[in-house]
Amino acid sequence: MKVNLKIWRQAGPDAPGKLVDYTVENVDPSQSFLEMLDSLNEQLVKKGEVPVAFESDCREGICGNCGLVINGIAHGEKGGCTTCEIRMRQYKEGDTITVEPFRAKAFPLIKDLVVNRSAFDRIMSKGGYVAVNAGSAQDANSQLIHRDLAEEAMDAAACIGCGACVAACPNASASLFVGAKISQFTWLPQGQIERSTRAKKMVTQMDSEGFGDCSNHAECEAVCPKEISIANISRMRREFTKSLFARN
Amino acid sequence: MTLLKEPQISSVCKKLLTGITGLSLVLFLVAHLIGNLTLFAGPDVFNAYAQFLHHFMHGMFIRIAEIGLMGFFALHIWSALSVQRSKKRARPTGYEVNSYAGGPSKKTFHSMYMAVSGILILVFVIIHLINFKYADHEIVGTMTMENGIEVTNVYKLVVNTFQGNFGLVLLYMAAMGALCSHLMHGIWSAIQSLGLTRPATIPYLNLVGMAIAIALAVGFFLLPLLIFMMRGTFDPNAVPDYSSHARLLLAPWMLG
Repeated sequence: MKVNLKIWRQAGPDAPGKLVDYTVENVDPSQSFLEMLDSLNEQLVKKGEVPVAFESDCREGICGNCGLVINGIAHGEKGGCTTCEIRMRQYKEGDTITVEPFRAKAFPLIKDLVVNRSAFDRIMSKGGYVAVNAGSAQDANSQLIHRDLAEEAMDAAACIGCGACVAACPNASASLFVGAKISQFTWLPQGQIERSTRAKKMVTQMDSEGFGDCSNHAECEAVCPKEISIANISRMRREFTKSLFARN
Repeated sequence: MTLLKEPQISSVCKKLLTGITGLSLVLFLVAHLIGNLTLFAGPDVFNAYAQFLHHFMHGMFIRIAEIGLMGFFALHIWSALSVQRSKKRARPTGYEVNSYAGGPSKKTFHSMYMAVSGILILVFVIIHLINFKYADHEIVGTMTMENGIEVTNVYKLVVNTFQGNFGLVLLYMAAMGALCSHLMHGIWSAIQSLGLTRPATIPYLNLVGMAIAIALAVGFFLLPLLIFMMRGTFDPNAVPDYSSHARLLLAPWMLG
């Protein structure tokens, strides 16, 4: 199978960038999207050209490292998966695929398709933790938590911090990420100590990083590889409102 | 102007503000539509309704309501503009290809063009106020109610305005298209902005929001159209007929 690619090439943060056309021959339908890019890079290296820079690590959808905007959709058209989980079988012979980096002021571009997502780490450092020693497995088992609450906390904790929510949001808002990171602690006893100030601190950091405001388009939920619900954004707003009345 | 320049207010507070003011304006629309439907009950009921609005709480009610609505409009526009501005700042370089992810996404034509539909609604509201609130009320004269009270014949004003100008009817109908589009995303979005959703309720609230949007827009859409089409029935010089029981049911409420 042969596919045509339009890939964003940009030599550095301040260099001008543009979409460059490439053709990859002999693509195996069972190859992953990133393996297809690997074979493109092999071609480029053989020709003495600079390979396309993109990020990946686990290549099994759990690390949150990969992230490309494919045909205008973060992590591609399939939905509910990361870029590395996309297989080439979903494309047809001769398809033209546009590949762009995540676009947001808070995610400055480093090179080609690689962006700097440290803004997420700075938000996490403001409240995405518990200060108590949560113990080990046996301590978790001895804390009785209602199954529904544990499930809801787990649904939020499934966030891998890939940043697709920001990339997909028409306003480049990080509300789904922050919502999930606040929500995962809300119902668990370990999360109660910092609960009253967590939302305020994390939202304030989110705003100062230069992310946009949320307009409830829910495009983030549609591209989230872990299918995290925008109800977590709703919870972030409730927690934030409560934190305005907190003592510290 | 510094307030307009650089909002130092949290993004979540902005959403709360947009949501509260937006939902309040929707509640006003519901009341406004129910009030306007009294047009179909005849001149006596509609004029009595108008008289009631203007004299309730010695005329204080309408003053407070007007100032409140103006304030809500201003806050709603300010917070929405601020969200729009953040959008441009947060993504200086856009995508070459833009698409819709589908699935649980609520990103639609309506949600993407809220600013455009909002501006159209604002323009319409100004035209609407010129048409009725700031129209010459002397021309239409007064009407004597059953209990002898003399009231301004606003019924005649409404009927004359719409029956004499089909272009205006079309303009009102087009404006209701903009209103419908704005509320298709706006109502559900306001509920989400106020943090009132749960994972299980989101799809239903989205549908309920769209249903209310369509119901309101269709209601307001039909009013000028029906008045224009029923030119024989909606006689601006009609003599009130107090024999109708349906109308008599409503009238005592409004005349106090």
